Amino acid sequence: MNESAAANVKHVKEGTVTMDAGEMRCDASSAPSPDPTCAVRAPIGLLAELTHRCPLQCPYCSNPLDLEKVNVELSTEDWQSVMRQAAQLGILQIHLSGGEPTARRDLEEIVKTASEVGLYTNLITAAVLLKRDRLEKLKEAGLDHVQISIQDVDTAAENADRIGGYKGGSAKKKEVAGWVRDLGMPLTINAPIHRHNVHNVEAIINYAVELGAGRVEIAHVQYYAWALKNRSSLMPTREAFMEAARIVERERERLKGVIVIDAVVPDYYAKFPKPCMGGWGKGIINITPSGRVLPCHAAESITHLEFDNVRDRPLADIWLNGSAFQKYRGTSWMKEPCRTCPRREIDFGGCRCQAFALTGDAANTDPACSLSPLHEEWAKVAEVESHQSPPAFIYRRPGGATKKPAAEKTPETSDA
Amino acid sequence: MNETAPRQRTVISAASKPAMPPYIKLRHDAGRNRWIILAPERLFDPDEIAVEVLKLCDGERTVGDIADRLGKEYNAPREDIEADIIAMLQDLADKGVVKA
Repeated sequence: MNESAAANVKHVKEGTVTMDAGEMRCDASSAPSPDPTCAVRAPIGLLAELTHRCPLQCPYCSNPLDLEKVNVELSTEDWQSVMRQAAQLGILQIHLSGGEPTARRDLEEIVKTASEVGLYTNLITAAVLLKRDRLEKLKEAGLDHVQISIQDVDTAAENADRIGGYKGGSAKKKEVAGWVRDLGMPLTINAPIHRHNVHNVEAIINYAVELGAGRVEIAHVQYYAWALKNRSSLMPTREAFMEAARIVERERERLKGVIVIDAVVPDYYAKFPKPCMGGWGKGIINITPSGRVLPCHAAESITHLEFDNVRDRPLADIWLNGSAFQKYRGTSWMKEPCRTCPRREIDFGGCRCQAFALTGDAANTDPACSLSPLHEEWAKVAEVESHQSPPAFIYRRPGGATKKPAAEKTPETSDA
Repeated sequence: MNETAPRQRTVISAASKPAMPPYIKLRHDAGRNRWIILAPERLFDPDEIAVEVLKLCDGERTVGDIADRLGKEYNAPREDIEADIIAMLQDLADKGVVKA
């Protein structure tokens, strides 16, 4: 297709505000800060983890290992206040996530408030708890978009249900996806990819088309939190990853105008570290079920950071002045080799959480970067683990991360 | 309008009658003093010309009609404008922002 005309004059620039299996990106091409040294500008996206409750038990869940309990969750009024404050702060899109956001009975009320104040509302759901009439109510409340996660294609439902730890989940998701389309709502299919489904990437893309999705996320698992715990079970081989990447490129061209295919690369196999969150404290806010305000959903893993709560302090004040946001905002916190790196404003030294987890200092270069002294050692892990026989999953459930610390030696169930 | 995802690519021509589906929102962002297009987990940043074109995309006017109108308004060669609009709308159609 000849698109030279389009390339000459670009009238519409594109940015993303998206939450893919453990990686949040915010690379809005627009709204540059007038002064590049002034890093604080209004955020554009808010990830609202309404609850950590979830019927599924996916072993790559991006929630922290210490799941928050229902009795600490924010009230309906708290979340409604967050929505109003978010809109005032300049946030444009809300991602209603979890856990499973539909586990909250007041989801409609939260959506209604968000919609009334002009926020674009995305529901990030596992779908298995949804009934048709509830989906209709959510639409009436102003819900703009539904993203449903799948674990594998419907013809591999048994594998999908094993990965999610939820019997009948695959069939239920298919049914709910149909309702979403019946109601005329846009649908995204999110497929976290790992060694148990990486061979099915082409089928997953076709399944998303069949379900009527306008977008599909081929989201290679990002190895933090539960996924890090299960890394040796989940890591695909480099060859399998490369094959999947080739398929994505080919299908993108073949399905142009039919479905948008977004791909998230596992950074173990990437050339450069990813610009985590599009820069710390730059465009995205994450709020946990109890109201803790984080620069990134994994930020609590950096143990020396202190987080403010929306119950105690206005959201705008937290965003502008909160110590956790200020700590790694911009580039002045950087050490070498990041400090003088020409890519410092492109990838921001990678992921602070990964740097902390692997080097003990969150201000170090992410080992995903080839300039990190730990890079080679780190990259070897994927090579080694992906060729070993995968241990059983440590499923995501309250207390699950600590119950069996030696899961590789004494697997709970042999279902891998 | 048929809301089901198309199984075929929408090809924009002068005869197309483009429109944004209800879940795509062209909105003025007062805080940043600019127009934005809100889409599922996406933001688009239209320039002044794109905003003019998209405001005219009502599902009834053809691309040709829009080119006529903007040609007069901007006193510019109609063919150039039409080619420019088609390229822009094709790009947006491929991203699911415009249907026709």
